[in-house]
Amino acid sequence: MSPLLEVEELRRSFSGGRTLFGPRKPDVRAVDGVSFTLGRGETLGLVGETGSGKSTLGRLVLRLIEPSAGRVRFEGEDVTAASSSGLRAMRPRMQMVFQDPYGSLDPRMTAAEIIAEPMTAHGVRRAEAMRRAADMLGRVGLSPAMAARYPNEFSGGQRQRIGIARAIALDPALVVLDEPVSALDVSVQAQILNLLADIQARSGVSFLFIAHDLAVVRHVSDRVAVMYLGRVVEMAPRDALYGAPRHPYTVSLLSAVPRPDPAKERAKARIRPIGEIGSAAALPSGCRFHPRCPRARLVAARGVDAVQAAGTRLPRACVEQDPQLSPAGGGAHLAACHFPDEA
Amino acid sequence: MTAAFELRGLTAAVPGEKGAVRLVEDVSLSVRAGETLAVVGESGSGKTVTFTSALGLLPKPGRVIAGQALLEGEDLLALPPEQLRRRRGARIGMVFQDPLTGLNPVFTVGEQIAEVLRAHLPISRREARDRAAALLGRVQIPDAARRVDDYPHQFSGGMRQRVLIAMAIALGPRVLIADEPTTALDVTVQAQVLDLLGDLRASEGMGMVLITHDLGVVARQADRVAVMYAGRVVETGTVEEVFRAPRHPYTISLFRSIPEIDAPAGTMLAPIAGSPPDPARRPPGCAFAPRCFAVSDAHGCRSVRPDLIGAGHFAACHRQGAIEVAA
Repeated sequence: MSPLLEVEELRRSFSGGRTLFGPRKPDVRAVDGVSFTLGRGETLGLVGETGSGKSTLGRLVLRLIEPSAGRVRFEGEDVTAASSSGLRAMRPRMQMVFQDPYGSLDPRMTAAEIIAEPMTAHGVRRAEAMRRAADMLGRVGLSPAMAARYPNEFSGGQRQRIGIARAIALDPALVVLDEPVSALDVSVQAQILNLLADIQARSGVSFLFIAHDLAVVRHVSDRVAVMYLGRVVEMAPRDALYGAPRHPYTVSLLSAVPRPDPAKERAKARIRPIGEIGSAAALPSGCRFHPRCPRARLVAARGVDAVQAAGTRLPRACVEQDPQLSPAGGGAHLAACHFPDEA
Repeated sequence: MTAAFELRGLTAAVPGEKGAVRLVEDVSLSVRAGETLAVVGESGSGKTVTFTSALGLLPKPGRVIAGQALLEGEDLLALPPEQLRRRRGARIGMVFQDPLTGLNPVFTVGEQIAEVLRAHLPISRREARDRAAALLGRVQIPDAARRVDDYPHQFSGGMRQRVLIAMAIALGPRVLIADEPTTALDVTVQAQVLDLLGDLRASEGMGMVLITHDLGVVARQADRVAVMYAGRVVETGTVEEVFRAPRHPYTISLFRSIPEIDAPAGTMLAPIAGSPPDPARRPPGCAFAPRCFAVSDAHGCRSVRPDLIGAGHFAACHRQGAIEVAA
């Protein structure tokens, strides 16, 4: 059986525009050739820092924005080539939950109206949709008696429950969740994460879970993809990625996360990337992580063929060749690094 | 040894429909020179209001109705507004969460740091600019002598936060209050900024108050921690004590509700049911009672407000001792 979702070489660049009298600015390659698959009932976590392209990728998958190149297949159908009516017919099966439980709900609609809206838009009669919306409130842990309340009468966690109810109202096969808990307090985050796990266990829905919080992503994901400047640089089953990361960027991300354990925190040797994430408007040559890569510096110091770059000496391969996502470490573990076996 | 900064019984309120609504109540905390005190709590817990109140920065109509804020023994809240203004910035520095809003986009970062210096010191423009460049070097901005003439939009988020830290330490304050200084930053940049704050605290011997919601940041960075809930300190102690053997059910529940990056796979999260109370509708007795796993009417949880009790490690809970084993 084919996977639920197949993404092939997806790209999106945004025009850099023009300054008032200056030259045209370079295009921003927000998503720069990303491929992955997602199985039924599976959760793929997508992590990355600001500017990595993870949110753009989530929107491209649902074709909320148009790709510049590449293809998305969902339940065997080509999403990227679909006509507007074809896309409309797929919409009930692929939904999205947004980060901001404040901005993403229409303040003039009641909770039940918000949840019913996608149902009526797809032909469910209003009375039936409103009845089902009240049921949905119960399914996401709210009281059906809250159906007539407006978003401002709910807490942040309750609003996110409404957003989730709306997304699952039409029994989708795929939900893209873009930072669904990062605006919530920690005690409320756990409520929402448990709710999502419960929904998935009952309905078999697949999640593309986009977040910057590595602990949250580990908690929810079966597999994890790490993005850096528009590319997936590492993708592996959850335990392989967290237990034996192969890409130096993943290694430094995991090293940077502070653990709520003073003894471990103080004993930890930290592996730091140098500086900050670059710009997708001015991608480095070769491996896009090379200007920040601690591993490249170590490898060069050991005497491989090296060149002058980023103010130091780095392996020629890192500076000149763009590494492809390839098997590293066995199983389904992939990394885009010229030296994936280095510690 | 006296504290560098100490709050005693600080209570701040806003007018409400049925009388004053207490945003923070009877908060007592202290931080010594060279020490980091973390103040943790969720939104609405009062962790930010506590320190804006202590510095006379609580927006109207909020006001402090009781308590003292002692900076090296001097009560800031008893000072005339002009003197208080001069203490802020000079002897007590502040860094806030959002590095964009703290900087003025139409002035260079050097001009903005120089302005802080010249407001307090009789120095020339030239000298202020040189000192600004030196400060940018101290917060490890590469090529500081050139970047001093750049505008805020030419800096990344992490670099802007470094500029704000440079402004906060420009006059050699004894205490630095950092309110979620790394929350808006990516994790690798967060780590760099936390390292910088730790280095500055050590080299300047400042007392540091780190306001955060992230228990990982507390474990990494702080010596002592105060946990706030519904406007009060509910637990305080050394980081080792509080993380090894939390005593307040709220603290215990917080630890159980966060996903840990090293936890065995498949660990279930135990969320805290419900949400924190509205300040105008806090329950009588313990404010955490409606969400508490150990609540007991026989112990007065719903009727009597618990005091902070302990020696070194304090908690405000009627069931202290009885619940630690169960937890």
